[in-house]
Amino acid sequence: MSAYSTNEMMTVAAARRLNNGAVCFVGIGLPSKAANLARLTSSPDVVLIYESGPIGAKPTVLPLSIGDGELAETADTVVPTGEIFRYWLQGGRIDVGFLGAAQVDKFGNINTTVIGDYHSPKVRLPGAGGAPEIAGSAKQVLIILKQSHRTFVDKLAFITSVGHGEGGDHRKQLGLPGAGPVGIITDLCIMEPEEGTHEFIVTSLHPGVSREQVVAATGWAIRFADSVAETAAPTALELEALRALEARTAAAHGQAGGEE
Amino acid sequence: MAEIISLGEAVKRFVNDGDTVALEGFTHLIPTAASHEIIRQNKRELTLVRMTPDLVYDLLIGAGCAKKLVFSWGGNPGVGSLHRLRDAVEKGWPQPLEIEEHSHADMANAYVAGASGLPFAVLRAYAGSDLPKVNPLIKTVTCPFTGEVLAAVPSVRPDVTVIHAQKADRKGNVLLWGILGVQKEAALAAKRCIVTVEEIVDDLNAPMNACVLPSWALTAVCHVPGGAHPSYALGYSERDNRFYQAWDPIARDRETFTAWIDTYIRGTEDFAAFQQKIAEGK
Repeated sequence: MSAYSTNEMMTVAAARRLNNGAVCFVGIGLPSKAANLARLTSSPDVVLIYESGPIGAKPTVLPLSIGDGELAETADTVVPTGEIFRYWLQGGRIDVGFLGAAQVDKFGNINTTVIGDYHSPKVRLPGAGGAPEIAGSAKQVLIILKQSHRTFVDKLAFITSVGHGEGGDHRKQLGLPGAGPVGIITDLCIMEPEEGTHEFIVTSLHPGVSREQVVAATGWAIRFADSVAETAAPTALELEALRALEARTAAAHGQAGGEE
Repeated sequence: MAEIISLGEAVKRFVNDGDTVALEGFTHLIPTAASHEIIRQNKRELTLVRMTPDLVYDLLIGAGCAKKLVFSWGGNPGVGSLHRLRDAVEKGWPQPLEIEEHSHADMANAYVAGASGLPFAVLRAYAGSDLPKVNPLIKTVTCPFTGEVLAAVPSVRPDVTVIHAQKADRKGNVLLWGILGVQKEAALAAKRCIVTVEEIVDDLNAPMNACVLPSWALTAVCHVPGGAHPSYALGYSERDNRFYQAWDPIARDRETFTAWIDTYIRGTEDFAAFQQKIAEGK
């Protein structure tokens, strides 16, 4: 087994969560990278839907933007953006919504709007995009982002897209159709919602990562499942596919795939 | 019937100070040339509507043309921040910018409602999100049949929409393809619609069911080849990713930005002259 980076582990671990044949609504950046890796490895029949309109996109390189030409040219069909949100997402046809975030809290709520006060923000982030309704209506949601004190916070400045709200059955009370986030995949570990509380707890540590590292990189008092698994290291096949995808992307764009 | 005229004339006649303007195009077919012309003609106090402000509104905001922005995702795709947008929101430069913020699904639905002649759009959205707390226009409506509480948002009805497309014929019928975003809805939601096109041909040869905007539903058609750059027109150009990257340091600094628009936009007569100047600078 060759050496691999923590980012590669994160992408591979996220890709493994997409079952073959799943219909996946993909955010740009890390979700898109993981979803395309899944398509190129374990799940060749995964259906990738991008909010700009492509359904069944099969890009050979990672898109830099949500509307890159190759997404349209390789898709089964391209529909207007209104239709994507109305018929395909709100219509209940998305198995997995795959999202990135600027910040996440212990209930899988996402902030992509502001740091600080909304009306006089410290940092103005890009905003909602398609995420609030993906988080609401996809049957399941996966979140992928690098873990740090700044990204995994105790209290979000702003809830852009709801996960399990205030925990417990809050999401159900809100009347949201989808099950909400079922996994957060980071460069250190995998977190899943605890039964009942819906608080995210660590269920799998990536190889070589200690509990102390995870605690230090989490802004709330992170808890661990009774039995914590060790994530299987990337296989040679997974690494080869990921690196080839990144090399093709760099050659095509002169830069890595878009991060957000 | 749409008039086939220059972009300069179209902006002069159909974009007024204080208008609500939508320059649409979802990454693909962004009407950049029109934003340049709006800057050249120094249109002011505009309310800018667009799902993804992109470089096209970073320009207009930084140039001081905007008083308000209605949007749902404001970043430089694949690169990072829109610095002129952020500077206006965070520091009020060059003037304070009122923002009205939505989600993509909300805005897409609001355009559909606008094109449909409805006062508002209904969608299943925002439960649990903080966005309704900061945007009082996001309200709820109860379904009279099931009792379900749904989001209600006002329709988008711009004074003028501008889109870019691949082809027009000599009568001003317009054909577009590829990623269509909300262009058709934005065109039909507006009181006036200007379309810039890559080429004007004798016959569109449009396949049945293709996205064709009939001339009689449009106001003006302008021949502006490459007018979407650094966005692209499928079949004519590719997205200029390097320009999106190069924009970051230009827009990051107020003086660099102002010097850039003074040289390349205010200092050129039209988009063709802009393209020539950019090519010379390479």
